Amino acid sequence: MNRTDKPLLSIRNVCVDYVTEHGNARAVNEVSFDIYPGETVGLAGESGCGKSTLAFAIANLHEAPALISEGEILFEGRDILTMSSAQLRDFRWNETSMVFQSAMNSLNPVLKISEQIIDVILAHKRVSKQEAWSRAEELLATVGIHASRMNSYPHQLSGGMRQRVVIAIALALRPKLIVMDEPTTALDVVVERDIMDELFELKEKFGFAILFISHDLGLMGEIADRIGIMYAGQLVEMGTAAQILEQPKHPYTRGLVGSFPTIHGPRVRLEGIPGNPLNLLQTPAGCYFQARCSDGIDKCLKHKPQLKPLTNSGDRLVACHVAVDMEVPA
Amino acid sequence: MTVSAQKPPALAALQSNRFGQVMKKYLSVIAGFYRGNPTALLGTFIVGGLIIMSLAAPLIAQNEPNKRVARGHQPPSAELFFGSTRSGKDVFSQVLHGGRISLLVAFGAAALTTVIAVLVGISAGYIGGKTDELLMSVTNIVLVFPQLPLLIILAAFLGQVGPLIIAVIIGSTSWAWGARIIRSQTLAIRNKEFIISAEVMGESKARIVLVEILPNLTSIVVGGFVGTSIYALMAEAGLEFLGLGDPTVITWGTMLYWAQSNSAFIVGAWWDMAVPGMAIAIMGGGLALLNMSIDQISNPKLKTGAYIKIWRKQKAQMLARRAQS
Repeated sequence: MNRTDKPLLSIRNVCVDYVTEHGNARAVNEVSFDIYPGETVGLAGESGCGKSTLAFAIANLHEAPALISEGEILFEGRDILTMSSAQLRDFRWNETSMVFQSAMNSLNPVLKISEQIIDVILAHKRVSKQEAWSRAEELLATVGIHASRMNSYPHQLSGGMRQRVVIAIALALRPKLIVMDEPTTALDVVVERDIMDELFELKEKFGFAILFISHDLGLMGEIADRIGIMYAGQLVEMGTAAQILEQPKHPYTRGLVGSFPTIHGPRVRLEGIPGNPLNLLQTPAGCYFQARCSDGIDKCLKHKPQLKPLTNSGDRLVACHVAVDMEVPA
Repeated sequence: MTVSAQKPPALAALQSNRFGQVMKKYLSVIAGFYRGNPTALLGTFIVGGLIIMSLAAPLIAQNEPNKRVARGHQPPSAELFFGSTRSGKDVFSQVLHGGRISLLVAFGAAALTTVIAVLVGISAGYIGGKTDELLMSVTNIVLVFPQLPLLIILAAFLGQVGPLIIAVIIGSTSWAWGARIIRSQTLAIRNKEFIISAEVMGESKARIVLVEILPNLTSIVVGGFVGTSIYALMAEAGLEFLGLGDPTVITWGTMLYWAQSNSAFIVGAWWDMAVPGMAIAIMGGGLALLNMSIDQISNPKLKTGAYIKIWRKQKAQMLARRAQS
């Protein structure tokens, strides 16, 4: 990670609404952050907090009823949200590829693995079928699958192998950014570890950046350079992995971190977060976390906390009145 | 309890009434179907209007359909809305009375077709194995018969058949496609996790078929029913127009038959032919609209719900905002 570089992906004030007859549910609410070349950014939060919605927005994949109503998403300075469909076609997969949630189901059951990898190469690159084939074999080898599996159908492979194939397809065009939306959620921890190790070997080799979306904070702490925490569509905290896991500032992050046991270290009683996720159709004035927060103050009920830097370097951000007041004495 | 005591007794009774609550629930479901669905409204209006007018034929039409009430081939006038036939009968009265039988045949044949198609399709798909093989070979045999010639030959063989026989003939020859479609959909649903878990939970076969599988087929079954109604309406009119039906029964088909055999068009009595023809066309169109709207409801992926209008409006606003800045 080199901070002197320009950001690869710059998300500015993005809002995504789900339009319903009963009003709009704002699933992503004024989220802003940058991803630098070669960096791994983790995005964590509970189910329904807008992680996947944001991931879809990055590839401009949203369709009705979702609407990206505000903001811009700049990839190397070009706004993805204003691209024409031809530009988008060129941008997707060449520059940014995606590994979807339950990715192994994104393989077509009636096509051979080889066809599915070659398809994506032929769709974007002017190469012969032979070249595409040998490129596909190479790709499978990089994710640790023998080339003899080229003619297999997805159902002939195990879940872990399918996941590797999907990652191979994501790598096929050497994109600069890979968005991974819970790529290993359906797998057991051993396979997960294998795939993650391989992924990071590949990352060393090709130097792509990763936006890694998961609710597994333990895994994220190991692989991410920076972690952002989302709650009810808002980015509530952002910092390096160590900062987030060791000194969480936002009460929600504290609750989230406190919900995970550590393998090493003493046994501590796990504390959950009381209450339920917010109904996005009935948002309160002030902080969205107020109803579940244990150390709220009066200000929290009236004023929405903005994401503010805690340190001068500006990479430790938190959206909480209490945390900001404690750090920066007025 | 003090609150309910203040209510008018009738209202309180209605609210405590389980029947009232169930009705309320159904009404809101029906309202939801029509909200933001103009196709459905128009289709229901046409189909419902024609059905009601046919049912109320004796009340609306002043003249008996079979009675001579005027001279032959009188043009439409204030007294005879749609003129008279060659034998001096009231076309308006005939088209209303004829609608009763035409629609009865159409819906009856469609109901018969749907019942056979659902029974054959679900049994074949759910039970599988030998049953599937047997049922599907029967279906395939029915499928290869050319349908309209078969209808004509059957009708001609039985000779001047009445509406009931026509309904049975149409119903028993046009179920094969529906059965195949329902079978393949059943097969697709049959292996889904929720069916397997229902089996593991020990639900009876009847319950699995009726409660777990059948509701998933609603759109195909209802769509098939409406589609077959259109087909049966046309087929019945076609058979009767060719003179294969009983010409003494008044239906839209026999009206066309008489108009044709009396050379209504050639002598300039266009109303004699146009009125039953338009009735068939309008009814067919109304049913087709209804079919489309059912598809929109049962297939949310088509994205035609009420929210889509709000979404389009907001998207336009968003694009305008973006263009400004």
